[in-house]
Formats: sequence, structure tokens, C-alpha cells
Amino acid sequence: MTQSNSKQDLLTYTVRLGDDAIILGHRLSEWVSYGPFLEEDIALGNVSLDFIGHAQMYYTYAATLSNEVGDKKAEDDFAYLRDEREFQNHIIHELPRGDFAYSVVKQLLIDLYNKHYIEELKSSNDETLSAIAAKAAKEVTYHCRRSKEWTLRLGDGTEESHLKMQRALDDLWGYTHEIFEQDELELRLVAQGIAVDSASLKDKWFDDVKAIIEQATLKLPTSEWAVRGGRAGYHTENLGHLLTEMQFVHRSFPGAKW
Amino acid sequence: MANSDLTEAELEAAFQEKIDSEQKIEPKDWMPEGYRKNLIRQMSQHAHSEVIGMQPEGNWITRAPSLRRKAVLLAKVQDEAGHGLYLYSATETLGISRAEMIEALQTGAAKYASIFNYPTQTWGDMGAIGWLVDGAAICNQVSLQRTSYGPYARGMIRICKEESFHQRQGYQIMIELALGTPEQKQMAQDSLNRFYWPSLMMFGPHDSDSAHSAKSMKWKIKRETNDDLRQKFIDQTAPQIKFLGLEHPDKDLKWNAERGHHDSGEINWDEFYSVINGNGHCNRQRIQHHVKAHEEGAWVRAAMLAYKEKKKKQYQVD
Repeated sequence: MTQSNSKQDLLTYTVRLGDDAIILGHRLSEWVSYGPFLEEDIALGNVSLDFIGHAQMYYTYAATLSNEVGDKKAEDDFAYLRDEREFQNHIIHELPRGDFAYSVVKQLLIDLYNKHYIEELKSSNDETLSAIAAKAAKEVTYHCRRSKEWTLRLGDGTEESHLKMQRALDDLWGYTHEIFEQDELELRLVAQGIAVDSASLKDKWFDDVKAIIEQATLKLPTSEWAVRGGRAGYHTENLGHLLTEMQFVHRSFPGAKW
Repeated sequence: MANSDLTEAELEAAFQEKIDSEQKIEPKDWMPEGYRKNLIRQMSQHAHSEVIGMQPEGNWITRAPSLRRKAVLLAKVQDEAGHGLYLYSATETLGISRAEMIEALQTGAAKYASIFNYPTQTWGDMGAIGWLVDGAAICNQVSLQRTSYGPYARGMIRICKEESFHQRQGYQIMIELALGTPEQKQMAQDSLNRFYWPSLMMFGPHDSDSAHSAKSMKWKIKRETNDDLRQKFIDQTAPQIKFLGLEHPDKDLKWNAERGHHDSGEINWDEFYSVINGNGHCNRQRIQHHVKAHEEGAWVRAAMLAYKEKKKKQYQVD
């Protein structure tokens, strides 16, 4: 493999991590002024800001890498000037905001994944990715605590909240499989000690999820459906609408500064 | 001497003396019922304004044109929610619960700033709101840092610190637009035109027409009159508009050297009362949005309570 190909791999990988973060951050921001009470409105906004912040760090690094491979882009170009097929986020991040139970379960599944993922990324051979992970780790710890607390309260709250949580869990489970699967590109980077070997995280993640779900009196889904394709730009129909909204102003004024 | 030994008139005289000598009134102090009611009205209206004010700006978080702007706007709206919280808590010290205040908002018994009944139609409106609406609010809030009720005054000091950051972020948006492409400059002018006059209306009716002013001034709930605060805002905004290279929406605005202030055109008070009375573009929408979020959150709040009760029982059994 040539050095520039390897750089291109790193760029794509970095953009993918940025895509995961911005799409989820955007979804969470849809909660603003819709939270179940004011304190929670603020908390949801803070989590959203964390993810947007992570996206900025990944895209800023991607902008530097893009310059090195001769395809100069700015941080915002990644978020605002790519189409649905070019986004490579895992699908779970683009799913609709849904009701509060749906958001809580989605966050639980993702936050526990990130806990292990970010921990591994800290020891990446790539210094910048490792530094980004070190910065993000503290926030991820807080996200996990928050998602766990909410899962316990809502899972073991009222009959209604229990039902809503179980339904959300059943509706989301099939999107968790692909987050532990890697394509050729990520495997090449794993071999170089740059990317996280996400397949190796699955057991630890499953144990964490299982413990919390059971404590919350919920049942782990047993159905076998699985939706895949995010890393190949093969998305649900939700993403296109999200991008339409997110990119509208930016694209309406080409070249403008904000 | 215990309070119970004093007549109502003596208590009121002592209260007024305290106010006149610039001492703060604290939650446990005796206060006239009118003072308490007046404060509850003003402070809860202030809290509701922060909360309802999240909506017109929240309307653009998902469309912010850069990641930086998205993050800053989101952080700003979070601050507004935080201000709502401080103010609800400060108002609760007067013996009313947050639930009662929210109920009053949702049934229309309590008001919020009518400026938020105006729609936000472009990204430029995020600039105009931060700069003008928050700017007008700051004029009022700086003055309220000296208000006679302790918890309100202290809340204002905290809030003012964050508000000045909000105003800067709004003005920064305007600067980028005004220095940007001709289309961006047009966007800035349009937002200025739509939000300038409603911002002036935020200070309320002329002093001569203000229902609550005289008593509020005597009790030092208000420290400066509507017209004085409005004049300050007009004077500080004029050079800012000039700096942006935008046209001033008030064609009658003129510097009056003798007064040391700008003379300005008359506000369209018919529009002010019309919007307050329900003819704004968003009056119904704002309250319905609040009710919807509140109702959709009911099962979450119920579950939290149920969980807490279960844990309490388990703890007792253990």
C-alpha cells in the first residue's frame, strides 16, 4: 500500500467518526424546547453539544488530512456539502428523535459502545485521533451514567414507561449489529494500530447493556433482524431529510462566510 | 418586637423605609401583599419569556449554517433555559410553585414577552434577536440588578453576565452578514427592519400609559422607567447600526445635542397591542408548543416519581 492510499484511508475513517457524531448531535438538538421538563431540556442540549463538539474535532482533522491528499476541504465542507450517499455514519445515529424512551434507549446503546470505542481509540497510533479520544472520554463517561440512570427510571417506573422502553429497545436492537462490523478499509487501519477493532468490543458492550437492561426490568430482544450499510453510504430514508434541513442555508449561499 | 405586635400600617412604613434606604427585601421578610403579587407577576413573566424565547431561536438550530454557529446557538438557547430555571426558583421564594406558574402560562393567565410572538424567518433573525432582543433585555436586566427583592436582584446579576455573551454572538452574526455577500447584507437589513421596532416595544408602553409603573418604582421593583430604558437602548443601537453599514429603520431618528440623546419616530402602538392581544404570527403556536412538550413529558415525570417511590419503599424494607 502506498503512503497516500493509507492517508486516504485515515481521512475516510476520520470523516466516518465525524459523521456519526454530527448526525447524532443534530438529532439530539431537535429536543431543544421539547424536553419533558426544563432541567432535562438543558441536559439534552448539553449532550447534543458534546457530540457536535466531537464532530468539529474529527472534521477539523479531516480538513488537515484532505489537504495532505490534495483534495483540500474545510471543516464545514464535510458537514454541509456532501450528499446522503457520501455520509458514512452508522445508521443508528440517523434514526428519528422519536419519543423520550426511544432517545434514551438509543443513547444507552450508543453511549456504552462509545465508552469502549473511545477508550480503545485513546491508544491509537495516530496521535490526533488519540488526542481527540482523550478529550471526548470524560464526556462519554457522563453520557453513560446519564443513560443508565434514565433507563433504570423509565424501565422500572410505571407500566406505561416500561412498555415504551421495551418497544424502543425492540425497535432499535437491529441497528446495533453493524456497529461491530468492519469493512476492508477499517481492517487495514486496525492492522496499522490506527482504527479501533470494533468487533472485539461486542462482548464487553453486550455485558454492559445486559446488566442495565435487566436491572431496569426490561428484556433483551431475541429477534434476528439486522439493518446494515451505513459505512457504505447505504442509509435509511431519514438521513436525506436531516441533511436537507441541516444543509439548506449553507448551500443557499455558496462560498459565504458565517 | 415581633411582627404580630405591629399594625399593618406600621409594618408597611417599616417596609418602605427599608426600601428607601436601599436594603434588600428577603423571602422571610414581611412584605405587602401587593408587592408580593407584583413581583410574582413580573418575575414569572420574566421566567416564561426565557422559556418561550427558546422556541424562535430553537427554530434555527437545525439549520444553522456552520458547525460553529450551530454549537454557539445551541449553547445560547441552553442558557435561556437555565435563566428560566433561576427565575422560576427565585419566584418560588414568594410562595408559588413552578407547576402553578406553568399552569398560568399555559392558560394565558400569565404573559411572556410579546416579542416572541414574531416569527423567525431567516438566519439573519438569529443575529437580530441576539443583538436587539437580548440587547433590549440587558438594558432592562442591568437596571434590575438593583431591584429591591434580593433573590431577583441576585438572579439578575448572574443572568446579565451570560446575556452580554448572547448579545455579542448576535452582533457577530450581523457583522458576518453585513460584511458578506450582497444577499447576506440584504438578509441582515431585512432582519433589522423586522426586529427593530418590536425590540423598542419590549420596554413596554410609555410611562404615562403604563399600568404597573408608579407602584413598581415606589417599591423599587423597577429602578428606571420604560421610556428611560428605551432611550438608552435607542442611543446604544444607533452607532451599532451605522457600524454595520445598514440603514436605520427609523427614518425620523436624529441626534439631539441639547438633550444628549437621539430623538426618534413614534412606535406603532396599535401593532404592539394587536400582537399582545393574539394577532401575532406565533401566539397560539408558542403556547401550543409548550403544552405539547409538557404533555408529552407527563409519562416521563410520572415514571420518575414512581421509581423514586419504589426505591424509597425498598430502602425502608431493607
